[in-house]
Amino acid sequence: MIRKIRSLIIPGVDKDLLVKDATKLMPDLSRRRFIASGASFGALTLLTGCDVSDSLSAENLLTHMSKFNDMVQARIFNPNTLAPTYSEKDIKRPFPFNAFYAEDDAPNVDGKEWKLEVSGLVQNKKSWTLDELHKLPEVSQITRHICVEGWSAIGSWQGTPLRDFLKLVGADTNAKWIHFRCAEDYASSLDMPTAMHPQTQMTFKFDNQLLPRAYGFPMKIRVPTKLGFKNPKYVVAMEVTNDYKGGYWEDQGYNDFSGS
Amino acid sequence: MSSMTATNDQPAASSAKTKVIQPAWVRIVHWVNAVAIVLMIMSGWQIYNASPLFNFTFSHSITIGGWLGGAIQWHLAAMWLLVINGLVYLTLGVVTGRFRKKLLPISAKGVLDDTKAALTGKLSHEDITRYNQVQKLLYTGIILVGILIVLSGLSIWKPVQFHYLTALFGGYDIARYVHFFMMAAIVGFLVIHVALALIVPKSLRAMIIGR
Repeated sequence: MIRKIRSLIIPGVDKDLLVKDATKLMPDLSRRRFIASGASFGALTLLTGCDVSDSLSAENLLTHMSKFNDMVQARIFNPNTLAPTYSEKDIKRPFPFNAFYAEDDAPNVDGKEWKLEVSGLVQNKKSWTLDELHKLPEVSQITRHICVEGWSAIGSWQGTPLRDFLKLVGADTNAKWIHFRCAEDYASSLDMPTAMHPQTQMTFKFDNQLLPRAYGFPMKIRVPTKLGFKNPKYVVAMEVTNDYKGGYWEDQGYNDFSGS
Repeated sequence: MSSMTATNDQPAASSAKTKVIQPAWVRIVHWVNAVAIVLMIMSGWQIYNASPLFNFTFSHSITIGGWLGGAIQWHLAAMWLLVINGLVYLTLGVVTGRFRKKLLPISAKGVLDDTKAALTGKLSHEDITRYNQVQKLLYTGIILVGILIVLSGLSIWKPVQFHYLTALFGGYDIARYVHFFMMAAIVGFLVIHVALALIVPKSLRAMIIGR
């Protein structure tokens, strides 16, 4: 067995370095998948006695199933079904901070310098200052934030309905996606029916206070019909588009639709 | 019972049909379910580890998916296998009369008597075409647990779209606990079920080759 593996390696080449170099050549995403599938298919091999080389086709099957689940969820999504709302006393205080980095590393956006870039299939592509956005009509919601990890917390968010803003800028609401980019290179995409949902909100306040840094100052998109990772914080740009541009977690394998 | 023992006593008279203990459809849905439930449990443990409900996590070596995203892909793929196969089982169980014939009636006294007999080693496994009262209780119970784990799973997956269902479980957070405890019940059932199948190998044989 060992001789067989050795014969595959060019003499004089350090095989550890070779594997390292080969892994480096893979794009970030496939590297992560390569590592993840190695771990998962180790367990599956024990279970079924399947050869590990089957892993690539099983990986494909799972990706196809995730796409199928996107389609099913889009069908289940009812634009008139509202997320349950709660009362003041249900609000979780302090509301948990959650991101792919520590709270201290959260972006520190200068609200005076910040502008929201609006692009893609919209009539008015002007950028918006925070003062201008704060003048938009304000609505409030107390809803449950549900994390993909399983935990949940009830919070209170104030801002303007995204669908009203989309109408205001003359967005093509027949387009498929709204893609959001954030200050810390986070990104996420919303399907148009979800973006047009009455509770989907451009959020400027948490618990009636100016949005603190931890919760996404200066602007967060609050989407109570989606899992938390599809509620981007520190948003700097929104693009109306027919091209699916994924997002930080979506690109790593979280289900694209991830609707609640 | 008498008719069954009668056919066993007269092997010449018994046709191939009467000798079938587990019909093909039962064997197929049983083993499809076995694969689906193992995939669901092992990927579910990985998902649990992302935000544990209790002061423990499951060892990485007994989970599948590698990380949360991978485990969710497994869980939400295998759920179709589990649910479609489960619906086939429930439909055929009712339509063929198998549930009525095999699982009913169950009485408290019968369960107590058979439990006592089992624990003192007096429970007969001669005729495995008929379930004893403990089997009837456990098989009926696990069907109800199966229904509950699917419904609690749906209320965790879609707490907005299916909010009435989620409310029925007492809300999202409680539905998570229900989902967990139903998993624990299935694992407990599996331990007993597999142990007993190994103790009475002809029952395992019947589930593989039918007789």
